[in-house]
Amino acid sequence: MLRFVPILTIVLMIGPVSAGLIGTVLPAFGILPALGGTTPSLDPWQALFAQPGLDASIRLSFVNGLIATAISVAIVMLFCAAWQGTRIFRAMQRVLSPILSVPHATAAFGLAFLIAPSGWIVRLVAQFAGWDRPPDIAIIHDPWGMALIAGLVAKEIPFLFLMTLSALPQADTDRTAQVTATLGYGKTAGWFKATLPRVYPQIRLPVLAVLAYSTSVVDVAIILAPTTPAPLAVRILGWLSDPDLGLRFMASSAAVLQLLIVIAAMVVWIAGERIIGALGRHWAEDGHRFRKDSAVRGASALLALEAAGAVVLGLAVLLVWSVAGFWAFPDLLPRGFSLRLWARELDAIGSSLTTTLLIGIPAVLVAVTLVLGCLENEVRTGKAAGRRAMLLIYLPLLMPQISFMFGLQVFFTLLGLERTLLSVVLGHLVFVAPYVFLSLSEPFRALDPRYGQTALCLGASPARTFWLVRLPLLTRAVLTAAAVGLAVTVGQYLPTLLIGAGRFATVTTEAVALASGGDRRMIGIYGLLQMVLPFVGFALTLLIPAVLFRNRRGMGAQNKG
Amino acid sequence: MPETLKNGLELRDVRVRLDGRELVAVDLTIAPGEIVTLMGPSGSGKSSLLGHICGTLPDTFDVTGEVVLNGTPLAGLTPQERHVGILFQDDLLFPHLSVGGNLAFALPSHIKGRGNRHARVEAALSSAEMDGFYDRDPATLSGGQRARVALMRVLLSEPCALLLDEPFSKLDSGLRSQIRSFVFDLCRKNSLPTLMVTHDPDDGEAAGGRVIKID
Repeated sequence: MLRFVPILTIVLMIGPVSAGLIGTVLPAFGILPALGGTTPSLDPWQALFAQPGLDASIRLSFVNGLIATAISVAIVMLFCAAWQGTRIFRAMQRVLSPILSVPHATAAFGLAFLIAPSGWIVRLVAQFAGWDRPPDIAIIHDPWGMALIAGLVAKEIPFLFLMTLSALPQADTDRTAQVTATLGYGKTAGWFKATLPRVYPQIRLPVLAVLAYSTSVVDVAIILAPTTPAPLAVRILGWLSDPDLGLRFMASSAAVLQLLIVIAAMVVWIAGERIIGALGRHWAEDGHRFRKDSAVRGASALLALEAAGAVVLGLAVLLVWSVAGFWAFPDLLPRGFSLRLWARELDAIGSSLTTTLLIGIPAVLVAVTLVLGCLENEVRTGKAAGRRAMLLIYLPLLMPQISFMFGLQVFFTLLGLERTLLSVVLGHLVFVAPYVFLSLSEPFRALDPRYGQTALCLGASPARTFWLVRLPLLTRAVLTAAAVGLAVTVGQYLPTLLIGAGRFATVTTEAVALASGGDRRMIGIYGLLQMVLPFVGFALTLLIPAVLFRNRRGMGAQNKG
Repeated sequence: MPETLKNGLELRDVRVRLDGRELVAVDLTIAPGEIVTLMGPSGSGKSSLLGHICGTLPDTFDVTGEVVLNGTPLAGLTPQERHVGILFQDDLLFPHLSVGGNLAFALPSHIKGRGNRHARVEAALSSAEMDGFYDRDPATLSGGQRARVALMRVLLSEPCALLLDEPFSKLDSGLRSQIRSFVFDLCRKNSLPTLMVTHDPDDGEAAGGRVIKID
């Protein structure tokens, strides 16, 4: 049984991606029998290229995705180089981990409320400048997409930071830092010259996942990106949702185009890696020590803090708006507070939370079961998953969602599963399982194998060893992985919307749907609601082990999930 | 212990290789109640040999020769079918179970009945002079107490042979001789063929049996 779990997992990852791709590519060339498309043609492409502003949409997706990724990677690497092994580093670890659970859309709304012309930052400036009305400039939805970049960077920094953290021990960083320091290198330069080359290969897949995401993001773009024209992925969603079903053909070719954009961005990125790698080797050998790097270190801390601060303050401003009464410009706080809107929305809130859990709980349970099965199989066979298997698990994260979600919807329609809970859960699973795997694999593999060996030599069967020894020892890690999975499913916008065909109103689809309306109090409520479930999830991962093992001091050290 | 322990543990020309390099080669028979010490520097493959005997060695190692316990060849048996107990330098008490829970985990399932099983565990604790420790958290025990619980746990699983992987190296010197004699006495009392690997010459001396040096 167990040895089939890795195969099953890969099938559940690769199956939807490939079915979705086929379901996207065929209509892109005119084939979609359900809508009368039976003969291959290039009409969809001609229609697509006739769309006004297509080049601007492509540029926005491509350039902004690359820039957002480059900035995120640069800040994270700089911060790790400057602060690794210090108290500030550990403090940042504690701040950034919870931020990871903030859904993208929530972070984007929070940022929008901070930086908008009538947002907190401008209000603060207005206090001193004496403005009595918001400046008439487009800060969010700005034509260059800078707000979009800021939103992506603020949310990708915690992810890349935590990925880097888990790669650090394998690169023997503490001793390397000692060596470079005693050779006279400044902390930052020593890290870049000696540690980065060993760390980067391990975070390369997550970096590429960030690139694919940033280049094809929909929900954050709806909230922050320019609208005339919007980035390609947002326009594709518009065409897919259009009552004119004929637009589906063109939307499909645009989805294929989106995939090509992501691939092109990856090619550019990898070429950039090569160039920087070659230049870096010369730089590493030229002997410059950069002993005085306090300015760089200060700047990197400031940048990282700014990113974290933007998300945290954003949550605060969402909270204030959700209970705000009359709030005039440039007051820093509303004149009054009221829970009236929360009370009015109570039923709707309850039902969207229920729907979110109805999708999320099965997706998380299946994902955790599959991942535990894969990892337990590794222990029993003594063979860890190879690089290629890892790539397969990552594949859904390296693909633009919009390029296969529509096709997957077509595929589920063929199976008669359209708009069912099963199909939406399967759609979510594709994204939940990789993150659960990322979260759980390291602590699982790090567990002292001699615990298992001891149990076996005491006569316990492999199953008993798993259930009574390995699993309890990993309680916190398993719960953390489940909480990560829950945060991922709560944040899913596109899979819920497209595969559920609008039937499943989760907190995230409701929140993003409010973006165009601009009712700040409602956005505040639903933005915060997106936070509630991930937050409860992470609280439980702290609470449950603390209660279960309240009389077991040794479990603290065992369970650094 | 049962009388079937007549033949002891035989290692017939066992050679452990990794990537074509021979790590360790032994050919010896350990009688019931005998303690054989295998001395050698770290990295010499001693622990791999123990892993091979108890069946937990990854198949990346290449092993030839035969391991026979009381007349039964162990090849092809899973670790849990071998009845070979092992003690590591860390006690590896399961931190999520109580002291008694750790011991009960080891107690074979053919010992039936809650009260009966509980009594067996209490008896084991008592013989380690640890009466009343059933519900204690392992993390609250002293190093010496943990070492004793670890040994009692192995013995309760009714092994037919015992492997010791540098079991005293983490204990401070005052405690070491005390735990040594506790372990060795019980090995002899239970007529267990015992193979100890160590790099501490005092261990071999205290065991009072054959000492085989490898390099």
